[in-house]
Amino acid sequence: MNPFSSGTRLRDMIRAIRACKTAAEERAVVRKECAAIRAAISENDQDYRHRNLAKLMFIHMLGYPTHFGQMECLKLIASAGFPEKRIGYLGLMLLLDERQEVLMLVTNSLKQDLNHSNQYIVGLALCALGNICSAEMARDLAPEVERLLQTRDPNIRKKAALCSIRIIRKVPDLAENFMGPAASLLKEKHHGVLIAGVQLCTDLCKASTDALEYLRKNCTEGLVRILRDVSNSPYAPEYDIAGITDPFLHIRALRLMRMLGQGDADSSEYMNDILAQVATKTESNKNAGNAILYECVETIMGIEATSGLRVLAINILGRFLSNRDNNIRYVALNMLMKAVTVDFQAVQRHRTTILECVKDSDASIRKRALELVFLLVNDNNVKSLTKELIDYLEVSDQDFKGDLTAKICSIVEKFSQEKLWYIDQMFKVLSLAGNYVKDDVWHALIVMISNAPDLQGYSVRSLYKAFQTSNEQESLVRVTVWCIGEYGEMLVNNVGVLEMEEPMTVTESDAVDVVEVALKRHSSDIKTRAMSLVALLKISSRFPPTSERIREIVMQHKENVELELQQRSIEFNSIIQRHQNIKSSLVERMPVLDESTYIGKRVGSSQATLPADKSSRPTSGSPGASLKLPNGVAKPPPAPLVDLLDLSSDDVPAPTSSATDFLHDLLGGDLMSPSSSGGAGTDILMDLLSIGSPSAPTDVSIRNTISSNQGNAGEPKTAPASVMDLLDGLPSNSSLPGDKNPIYPSITAFESSTLKVTFSFTKQPGKPQNTMIQATFTNLSSNTYTDFIFQAAVPKFIQLRLDPASSSTLPASGNGTITQMLSVTNSQHGQKALAMRLRIVYKVNDQDKMEQGQINNFPPGL
Amino acid sequence: MIRFILLQNRQGKTRLAKYYVPLEDSEKHKVEYEVHRLVVNRDPKFTNFVEFRTHKIIYRRYAGLFFSMCVDITDNELAYLECIHLFVEILDHFFSNVCELDLVFNYHKVYLILDEFILAGELQETSKKAIIERMGELEKQE
Repeated sequence: MNPFSSGTRLRDMIRAIRACKTAAEERAVVRKECAAIRAAISENDQDYRHRNLAKLMFIHMLGYPTHFGQMECLKLIASAGFPEKRIGYLGLMLLLDERQEVLMLVTNSLKQDLNHSNQYIVGLALCALGNICSAEMARDLAPEVERLLQTRDPNIRKKAALCSIRIIRKVPDLAENFMGPAASLLKEKHHGVLIAGVQLCTDLCKASTDALEYLRKNCTEGLVRILRDVSNSPYAPEYDIAGITDPFLHIRALRLMRMLGQGDADSSEYMNDILAQVATKTESNKNAGNAILYECVETIMGIEATSGLRVLAINILGRFLSNRDNNIRYVALNMLMKAVTVDFQAVQRHRTTILECVKDSDASIRKRALELVFLLVNDNNVKSLTKELIDYLEVSDQDFKGDLTAKICSIVEKFSQEKLWYIDQMFKVLSLAGNYVKDDVWHALIVMISNAPDLQGYSVRSLYKAFQTSNEQESLVRVTVWCIGEYGEMLVNNVGVLEMEEPMTVTESDAVDVVEVALKRHSSDIKTRAMSLVALLKISSRFPPTSERIREIVMQHKENVELELQQRSIEFNSIIQRHQNIKSSLVERMPVLDESTYIGKRVGSSQATLPADKSSRPTSGSPGASLKLPNGVAKPPPAPLVDLLDLSSDDVPAPTSSATDFLHDLLGGDLMSPSSSGGAGTDILMDLLSIGSPSAPTDVSIRNTISSNQGNAGEPKTAPASVMDLLDGLPSNSSLPGDKNPIYPSITAFESSTLKVTFSFTKQPGKPQNTMIQATFTNLSSNTYTDFIFQAAVPKFIQLRLDPASSSTLPASGNGTITQMLSVTNSQHGQKALAMRLRIVYKVNDQDKMEQGQINNFPPGL
Repeated sequence: MIRFILLQNRQGKTRLAKYYVPLEDSEKHKVEYEVHRLVVNRDPKFTNFVEFRTHKIIYRRYAGLFFSMCVDITDNELAYLECIHLFVEILDHFFSNVCELDLVFNYHKVYLILDEFILAGELQETSKKAIIERMGELEKQE
């Protein structure tokens, strides 16, 4: 015999492996053993085969690959003796699973073993079949298993029953074959067979509705009898657990009852008595009893039970909630969430206990209790519930605060009937957990405040007070700063005091102090500081004496590394110093923000929108301005841009910030034209800005200011007049001709004394977002143009493609034309109309010329 | 339905792994690792149920071993707690004051016991006495 053959006994190998101190040592030992086993396998060693497989199984459990042993399992299963078969089947179940092809080879052995005279071998085969058979094997061997369901030996019967469960799961079509035998299993006396039978019936019901009907008709009585017998049975030491006889059988029977009684009133009625009995009689001081009660409650809620029974069930759950054991409470909360849909009132009664659970130490219980509380909120109890939740917010854990805050905010928003209450609760939440409050929540709050003019004074005063105590909460700081900016004079002059407010005097410089603190805090982020700067500008207009101080504060940021802050600082400084005449109109009170538009857009848009974006006045006070396109600090959503071109919804031109974004787009990357947009950003910018006022009187002083503020990429604040002109040029939709005409008329896109551009449109049917435009350029002068290049820029939601032009020479006096095809895709077709800016460069008499314009008269519906 | 049963010690070594659903070997190792991580760090005052992927794990710690059962979401957790306890009692009775080493050296017997207790992911026998008797009979066959 090979000296390296599998001489080591299993025990010795295990000891050797355990004695290894390092992973490398262990690997070495395992490798040696595997080599020996492989050698033995290739020699077809009979004697030690089953010891080798046992060793191989252990090696597999350690995590090493053992595929070479699979065939050994088959050989062992095919052997004659019980020990070999035992190890063979064990190896089979451990090393293989149903997805392996090798398994098919076992089918024949299994069939023989299922017909074996030795019942232990039959048991082995059933066990293996039940644990890992595949669908084909199931189909092949189902008849054998069916036959075995009727043997005399209860062990075989119960194994066969469980094996059938697996067969039905793999091949649901065979369910009908097992219906009859399954029903008769329910008449057994032996608990093992009984419980296997009940489980088989449960799976039958899941697999086929016919089986469900059959069982419902024939077995409901038997099932109730089983439950009654086991519930009333005297002490049986063999099955006793914690004083209850066979709780597992109780639970399985209850489960099957649930399946049979669901949706069927008759069987449900039949079950009422026994359910009531089990629910009341079972003791609940041990886990076993509680398990039964839990299943009972689930069954009661699942079938068509009487209302009395339902109330009983919910009371049991209520009792569970006050149990000290975490498991029980968790389970009760789970159940209650399902019960809320069924019987709302009954669950309401346990509201206080559920509220207690929100404060539990276990995180999963807290989470479930919070969700349940959220489901229970209605108009009557919302105030007390919110108060409780906010009180808890103060002391809750950090990781829970986020969830809790979100839930409180949604409760408050959904159920607020009075604005005052809503504002109060939101202020409290902001003070306690402002850092966890999401952006759209405090935006909604601002919208609400702007819609409640009588509460604005109260709001700003409360915020001022809150700021003194909790100014580390970011959102609170932002809302405070905004309100002080907007309603500062209400704060100082005690406007609109409500009865319950305490008297309070706040001077102008106090107000400025608050904003200054917000600005200078280390933990303020860019957005807060930007908002603070804007608020300071507003205050300087509302309280003129503080202007100088504010100017100094603002100037401190003129060299800030953040482009956003630097820009604002310099611009505001400039406004304060030199443009007092327009300052007050710049920072007038914001009009009432339209809640419905805001909510609609908030729901509809995929990016975060700010309420101020929708403001229809070009004030610089909007937080929306912070969403510009600076050096990558804040993300630029298309919302401001959208407003610029939102010709239909706003009566008054959209905020100036949008103009900047648009310009950025022109400079940045949206230029789809073939040639580059050119070098000096500032120069182009000046040029582009100049198109804003082709016919309106330009304010020369403002223009000079623009050139003096070098290097800043956008000048919305300092060019309000020109920008307004720009925006005035955008007509509203109603003035466009031919609205309803599906055939789009050609338009004169641009006309000057020297050049005319016409567009004609075609649309492909079925592609409403795409439009093909043919641009025709006509030379109106008497000189020929050469090197004619047309460029166009479009807003972000439109894609533009320019095809090559027909030629680059434009003959004079309209003797010829250049045509060029453009294709535009409007991703917001139907909501936003097309808009485009064009720029044309050409050479005439060896001189470069450029013309540019904006196309405002696109037909609607493009 | 029970999807798998795991016995792991505090260090993460799996002493018993019985799967009633098909999984590749690598997936099995991943599952064992994840379950161990989930279970070993939980505070004793938390519940014995954890959500795991789309199912849930019912676990209990006995001395240095974690007994975990992965079941469907709709199953009765408390019942499976009892199930785990019954299994431990059977092992205790069979090995007379069982310890982890018994389970290591006699793993094939542990699998046999498990196969008498649970089959196809469902309970097979609820009587401790019946199972122990059956094991005796099987031993005689060897």
